[in-house]
Amino acid sequence: MDLLEYQGKLLFARHGVPVPAGKPARTVEEAVAAAEEIGYPCAVKAQVQIGGRGKLGGIKIAANRDEAREHAEAILGMDIRGLTVYELWIEGASEIASEYYASVVFDRGAKAPLVMLSTKGGMDIEAVAAEDPGAIARLHVDPLLGFQPFHGRRLAYEAGVDADVVRPVGEMLAKLYNAFVAEEATLVEVNPLIVTPERQVKALDAKVTLDNNSLFRHPENAELRDLSAEDPQERMAHDRGLTYVKLDGNIGVLGNGAGLVMSTLDVVKGAGGEPANFLDAGGGSKSDAIVSAVEVILSDAKVKAVLFNIFGGITRCDEVARGLIEAFEIVKPKVPFVVRLDGTNDKEGRALLADANLPGVYTEATMDGAAAKVVELVA
Amino acid sequence: MSILVDNNTRLVTTGITGSEGTFHTLRNRDYGTQVVAGVTPGKGGQHVDGIPVFNTIAEAVDKQGANTAMIFVPPRFAADSILEAEEAGIELIIAITEGIPAHDELRAFQIIKKNGRSRLVGPNCPGILSPGKANVGIIPAAFFKEGNVGVVSRSGTLTYQVGNELAQQGFGNSTIVGIGGDPVPGTDFIDVLRLFQDDPDTELIVMCGEIGGDAEERAADFIAEYVTKPVVGYIAGFTAPPGKQMGHAGAIVSGSHGTAAAKAEALEARGVQVGRTPTQVAELAMATLGKP
Repeated sequence: MDLLEYQGKLLFARHGVPVPAGKPARTVEEAVAAAEEIGYPCAVKAQVQIGGRGKLGGIKIAANRDEAREHAEAILGMDIRGLTVYELWIEGASEIASEYYASVVFDRGAKAPLVMLSTKGGMDIEAVAAEDPGAIARLHVDPLLGFQPFHGRRLAYEAGVDADVVRPVGEMLAKLYNAFVAEEATLVEVNPLIVTPERQVKALDAKVTLDNNSLFRHPENAELRDLSAEDPQERMAHDRGLTYVKLDGNIGVLGNGAGLVMSTLDVVKGAGGEPANFLDAGGGSKSDAIVSAVEVILSDAKVKAVLFNIFGGITRCDEVARGLIEAFEIVKPKVPFVVRLDGTNDKEGRALLADANLPGVYTEATMDGAAAKVVELVA
Repeated sequence: MSILVDNNTRLVTTGITGSEGTFHTLRNRDYGTQVVAGVTPGKGGQHVDGIPVFNTIAEAVDKQGANTAMIFVPPRFAADSILEAEEAGIELIIAITEGIPAHDELRAFQIIKKNGRSRLVGPNCPGILSPGKANVGIIPAAFFKEGNVGVVSRSGTLTYQVGNELAQQGFGNSTIVGIGGDPVPGTDFIDVLRLFQDDPDTELIVMCGEIGGDAEERAADFIAEYVTKPVVGYIAGFTAPPGKQMGHAGAIVSGSHGTAAAKAEALEARGVQVGRTPTQVAELAMATLGKP
């Protein structure tokens, strides 16, 4: 789960990472009240997960109450690259002497957390990494040892931060690492990490990705929402425990397992079709999950036909067939379905479908054949 | 021959008394795998269709000589179960459980690595099948027969799809290994590629990847360095919409955004043929080895 800037900053603050004082706001009145409390000048920042929102008009500095109101009115509800702004973060404007970059990320290759620090913050850090990799100091942390104070100093010296802030920058890295572990994040990134003219060190931005699988241990994080990024169909799927991504085409796709579903999208596209969605019904899908999945897929009015591509391992094909039969009773789809069932209990599943003789349901023996058939049906 | 699981495998299933644990353990036994024990705390002394159940993995090792563990317990208890197997001296731990917290995986992996006694495959993987010898996990074994093609994959169901395409062309498999798609896989492509390279019965290796991360790119480097056997690749997700990128740290680490095109390019640059569909993978295998 990706957090909004303000959610990340509030999380940082809980772990002692210095951030500018700020408050979230969902209305103009709340924004003005927050600005009055924080004082001027203050920044009015759109809360959407889009890089470069400042350049797109999503961040403005207010010098007084009227400007705070004017900016809040302008930014709330605005569309930034397809995302609607529902929330603002009002924070005290910061003066900047230096801009650094800091992050803690799961390094899948090394199978260890990687802490990075660079003095080339505030700009496109990927370009820095590509052109001048030496400008980023890196350290893999042994998770059984943890991040020690000397690690922070070592990174700060290696990155070449100003001598007078080596200690506070090192301490901030330790706090970011602690937040990464305590909140079970997979990414914590600060760009820029600033040094003020008074030589204070602060996180001026916050990007945090939390591990969805650990949210049961963090009920307060599980409550966090990003209203701007919520597609109604995706929300419906999420609430029903399905992984669904909406796409632009007219062929609904359901499969089991992310790899097979992605492969199915590739094959449908190769056959000349346009998938309407990615839907992974997951491992061990029971019939009620299939009913939910059919409802989610058909809630997209553009869908003209649906392809089921199941290769059961832990998923049992007879459960999928039962789910489809139930879905036809409950949802009564008006579009044709093409179904390919292979794997665990496939014979039972195919027999159930044959007996049910559902209207507009075609069975195919292979993935390629099923893709060709569904493309033919929407043509 | 084969790799990782075979006639010497003596399996203990943790979580054997759960419905999925029972179903798949019995399927594994029906296939011919030596299932010697199950573990569910509090149910020691019971039996599941004749398989003795113990309270701890250590007992299953002591009394039944278990050397391989299949982890089937719910995600929040799975890392504990993996570490229990490690401490009991299990050589091969195959974790099927999906949804284990990433930090739990990280800690379990680091402890296993530090102690150097066990190999972990998974979590969130379909398991390992050596056709004609042993099946540990949830791979539907009926589709596969003995042969000379080794398959390694990050995705369970995609493994079945690609394996099935190979089977339709008449190919059999030395071993099929699902390494799982989690952030911290206990065993990765490189480990399995090395085992297949060293396995005399594997003549062709099929490697199935998917978008995200840089495991395929690292595997490509390893193939260039170490693997002399032919490798055919497949990457799922060519038409996947570019995911929302959160932060840049991941891309800095891997130097890529994990697209299918970048992965295919990395593999092809090192002489690996990459099929664009599962069917094409089987065609490339045919072109390389000839009709089986």
